[in-house]
Amino acid sequence: MTDNPLIANIETLASEISDGATIVLPRDHSGTPMALVRALIRREARGLKLISLTSAGLSADLLIGAGCVEEIETPGVSLGEFGAAPRFTNAVKKGLITIKDSTCPALHARLQAAEKGVPFMPLRGIIGSDLLKVRPDWKVIDNPFGDGDDPIVLLPAANPDAAIFHASMADDHGNVWIGRRMELKTAAHAARESFVTVERFYDGNMIEDDRYAAGVIPALYIGRIAQVERGAWPMAFWDKYGRDSDHLREYTKLARSDDGFEQYLAEQVFNAQVAA
Amino acid sequence: MSEPAYHPRELLITSIARLAKGARHAAAGAQSAVPGSGLFLAQQWAAEARERPMQVTVLGSSKFYPFTDGGRELFDMAGQGRLDVFFLSGGQIDGFGNSNLVGIGDYPNVKVRFPGSFGSAYLFYVVRRVILFREEHSRRVFVPKVDFISTPGASPPNVYRPGGPVALITPLCLFSFNRECARFTLESIHEGHTLEEVLDNTGFEFDRPQQVPTTAPPTPHDLSLMREIIAPKIADAYPSFARDMWGYEPEAA
Repeated sequence: MTDNPLIANIETLASEISDGATIVLPRDHSGTPMALVRALIRREARGLKLISLTSAGLSADLLIGAGCVEEIETPGVSLGEFGAAPRFTNAVKKGLITIKDSTCPALHARLQAAEKGVPFMPLRGIIGSDLLKVRPDWKVIDNPFGDGDDPIVLLPAANPDAAIFHASMADDHGNVWIGRRMELKTAAHAARESFVTVERFYDGNMIEDDRYAAGVIPALYIGRIAQVERGAWPMAFWDKYGRDSDHLREYTKLARSDDGFEQYLAEQVFNAQVAA
Repeated sequence: MSEPAYHPRELLITSIARLAKGARHAAAGAQSAVPGSGLFLAQQWAAEARERPMQVTVLGSSKFYPFTDGGRELFDMAGQGRLDVFFLSGGQIDGFGNSNLVGIGDYPNVKVRFPGSFGSAYLFYVVRRVILFREEHSRRVFVPKVDFISTPGASPPNVYRPGGPVALITPLCLFSFNRECARFTLESIHEGHTLEEVLDNTGFEFDRPQQVPTTAPPTPHDLSLMREIIAPKIADAYPSFARDMWGYEPEAA
């Protein structure tokens, strides 16, 4: 349908996200790129450093369980009403991954610093939290514009190698429409490249249509795009489709044990019929 | 003692609504069906009194989340003072109002890992009225001292902190929190429960009056509001809660 070289298949996207890369991962329901996560597991990605924007869910739990992750920076990992994230919990208790605990606005701020190209961003709060003890990379200074006794936290810019997410549509020019999910814009601006899966293609140039332009990430930020219908499954995708609750219940049950998780991977990730 | 004529959660919802009265903007976070219902009740009271409409934001809802600038907008506006009420829980909460959402044992390879601090280490400082809410009242939750401070209950005077915790609501009782002395006071005990029960199940010290009052029950009008007005609203983010509590089924699309 198009010969734009930005547009490829999903296995190409997975192969271009290199081992050891720092990756921004959106929260569930905000365009979690589950098909791409499965492709990363299939290509046996290793040493990934995840930055979750902001809460992490199934995508992080799967990547951690499959041994793809070296480190995760997150304000929290949970499967919501399905309970704790079993592979994350297991990996933290056993020391299999490095955890960098954070708080939601700190993640936003670190990426906002990156999108401005400045080295840090100040943020209120945090002082007195043990997060400051376990995050030696966060600094407290005295507000240089205050009257001498106003401590404030500085957070270093996060400069991720890649942002990965699922979006509603892209056009032939490589523009990606994210609607009002503006955290995806922040992620794309902060990251060196964005690897995006989309439900469908739009015929024309979305930048030229005011109904779409405000919700567009221009092609400049995009590394590669693949079309994957229902690419967020089994998670919900915006208001386009709901989550697959039966699947999630089954996952939570299986992922409690190493064997159960291996069975899940074999059936749902490595099985070519499901994997698409 | 006779059985109360309401569901225990309807009392929690009403207590939360009382604490949220007069807010211009109140929000409930993830996994917060009871707090969210309390906010909708307070919103309804404001409407009936013809007061300024209260903005209720429910994370995870599409109808009651009007923001268009991404996940950061709620935090940014909270930093400006545009969020008056928010809720926080904790895997552990201690008598100084500190909350632990990270885990039990030696960090980082804790024995019990909770999901994480989420927005607490920020919202707990800037939201004017933070309501602590936990549906398990036990010594395992209410401890003398938390293992990890996700966010402190109180701060030294030089730390910028316009907000913080004002109350703790549990299935047994309501505590108020004094930020100056970092201490809880037992304000009232819910119908059907006793002071002994509260003392037995609370691992931290707290103040209390000679006579502890009983928490005021929801009025018949409040109960009908919950069933008729609140149920359909909270069902947008919490359909199974609305069904289990009030038998609410959304109309087929």
